[in-house]
Amino acid sequence: MRRQPSPIAASLATVVMSLMCATACSKSKEPAKEPPKEAMKEPAKEPAKEPPKEAAKDQVEVFSWWTGAGEQEGLDAMIADFKAKNPTIDVVNAAVAGGAGTNAKAILANRLQAGNPPDSYQRHAGLELADDIKAGKVEDLTKLYEAQGWKDKLPKGLLEAITIDGKIYSVPVNIHRANLIWFVPKTLKDLGIAGPPKTWKEFLTQAQTIKGKGKTALAIGPAWTQKHLLETVLLGELGPDKYTGLWNGKTDWKAAEVTAALDTFKQVLAASDIKSAAADWQPAADRVIDGAAVYTVMGDWLDGYLKGAKKLKVQADYDVTASPGSAGVYDFLSDSFTLPVGAKHHDAAEKWLIECGSVGGQDLFNPQKGSVPARTDADKAKYQGYLATALKDWQDPATKIVGSLTHGVVASNAFGAEIDTALGIFVESRDAPGFAAAVAKAYAATK
Amino acid sequence: MMRRIRAWGPGLVLILPSLIALAIFVYGFLGWNLRVSVSSWRGLAPAHDFVGLANYTALFDDVRFTRFDVPNIALFTVVFVAGALAVGFALAALLDRGLPGEQAFRSIYLFPMAISFIATAIIWRWLLDNGDGESTTGLNRLFADAGLAWHSDWFKSGSRWAIAAIALPAGWSLSGYVMSLFLAGMRGVPEDLREAARVDGANAPRVFWHVVRPMLLPVLMSAVVILAHISLKTFDLFYAMDQKNIKIDTPALYMWFTTFDGGFYARGAAIAALLLLGVATVIVPYIWYSVRAERR
Repeated sequence: MRRQPSPIAASLATVVMSLMCATACSKSKEPAKEPPKEAMKEPAKEPAKEPPKEAAKDQVEVFSWWTGAGEQEGLDAMIADFKAKNPTIDVVNAAVAGGAGTNAKAILANRLQAGNPPDSYQRHAGLELADDIKAGKVEDLTKLYEAQGWKDKLPKGLLEAITIDGKIYSVPVNIHRANLIWFVPKTLKDLGIAGPPKTWKEFLTQAQTIKGKGKTALAIGPAWTQKHLLETVLLGELGPDKYTGLWNGKTDWKAAEVTAALDTFKQVLAASDIKSAAADWQPAADRVIDGAAVYTVMGDWLDGYLKGAKKLKVQADYDVTASPGSAGVYDFLSDSFTLPVGAKHHDAAEKWLIECGSVGGQDLFNPQKGSVPARTDADKAKYQGYLATALKDWQDPATKIVGSLTHGVVASNAFGAEIDTALGIFVESRDAPGFAAAVAKAYAATK
Repeated sequence: MMRRIRAWGPGLVLILPSLIALAIFVYGFLGWNLRVSVSSWRGLAPAHDFVGLANYTALFDDVRFTRFDVPNIALFTVVFVAGALAVGFALAALLDRGLPGEQAFRSIYLFPMAISFIATAIIWRWLLDNGDGESTTGLNRLFADAGLAWHSDWFKSGSRWAIAAIALPAGWSLSGYVMSLFLAGMRGVPEDLREAARVDGANAPRVFWHVVRPMLLPVLMSAVVILAHISLKTFDLFYAMDQKNIKIDTPALYMWFTTFDGGFYARGAAIAALLLLGVATVIVPYIWYSVRAERR
């Protein structure tokens, strides 16, 4: 018996192999497949086709998650403009599908760790980039900003949000606004409600009336839309300065007013349809359009959905205003492009960033994507409907600019992920002090 | 010496590629995962320090891990394994009677397994909708239309059992497979054994209990092990069903989100190691048992 230990060892080996696949393969292998393939295919093809031009023809690989309706057209328009200005440079569009970069981010992490970065990649502007900076993965672009004079063309609040330790590492292309509440004017009229709530207190009073008439006051979606709601409630209740302080340590999470704001959030959740929350943000908005729910809080990409997919008209079929308590505040998020350390086509990448930061590039991209340009000197005539008012607010010097939590501006990836956990538990337990303590602890641990 | 090489050599050369792949991709990565789990690696830059078991002890203080993930996956595993076994067995027992059209039924029951968990989750997300009144869809709607005053919140229920609702799609997907395992087991029982029992005066239930059942034990064992390890590592079903809903959070999901959203590589590796330990406690005794059984 002792002489044959091999069957056990062999069976153990098979088992361990299948176990390992359970944990490791599924998480890392799949996302890693796509971009290298694409990256390798394109350059290999090019020199083969035009051998004499090989030396002259440069290229730039642009990595993004812009594959959805509107954003893809916007990116294509910007690429076409870039090619017209830089005829010797080929653009390799390495876009990875998946909303808000859910798939793209994991692939990017793999490529950055493997030392095989694209020439320029998309990130939400702000602290979402902090990890990359700390790890030395992206180049300081302050000189490029000075050479292009961008510092005078971008609003101060935006510059503050994208400046990390005195340096700027990314070029913002577009601006979305997160603090918006959406409704159908006719629904309000039928319910006898004069207008959208100015404060969250007023919202809760309206919610009583709405509930009495058998409708839902607020439609909500999956976990990230709950986080989005949390940030708008905190912003509305605490005001822009204290809201910003929550993310940089200047506002104490355990302060009485924060607890009070979290309490309001709890009541807002109770007035929502979180028990049967929609599977995504579009179906949540559908409930408002259908009249089953009265309000939904969502960023201005919803305008693109209602205008495009639903063929509705702003003001007539739906309307939008700043979320309660946040009039005059622009809770922004922005897609920006970077220059990774070790980019294979450094100069071409710099030219791509110049395109991203140019008025021309931004005015081509944004009307398609349904966002406003980061620059304040953009051509107003190109922005219609909701975008016209959004652009007016963005360019108004009196507007207070704060950064979005849910969309990567004010919290690092680590802090944001820990808030996800704490919020998930909070939605279950509804324990506001416990949530505040968990977030304060996470802030200290991930600073 | 030469003779020994001649005897061993060709075989060794034949399995060498897979041995090397096994060594690198299984044991190498396993070791690397364990190494990461005792470091303080966070963010994109790897850290190669040594912090002992700090990541593991932190997990035991982690509310999400201890109060949600572990109880959730335990509950899900029990309900899913028991449910799939019961349904699979019942289907096999019915088919074993030689129904007309058995082939067709067998394929129908087996089909759901051909659908990926992601697609299954998207179908069942609709079937398990918990909206109120008119707005609801799926099973709740079916009950309402059938005049039954029965409404479940399924995986959005406030109860700790919410995750058990996910055993429905999981069971739907795999009970056909369990059925085919049992059916093969039942068909493997020699007819002369049953015949002999019948001659001795045993009725159908007794034949089943004393003759067929003992011979199904190995099938049952493998079914349990296969289902249990699928259950522990299931990721996509929960992921597509309701993302980041902590009611259906499991260690596998926490591992993914904390590693790739938050960059907590060391913590993710520690969760992976514990997950491996969990699966090993199910599988190692089984292997021990089958190896011993084979030797006998």
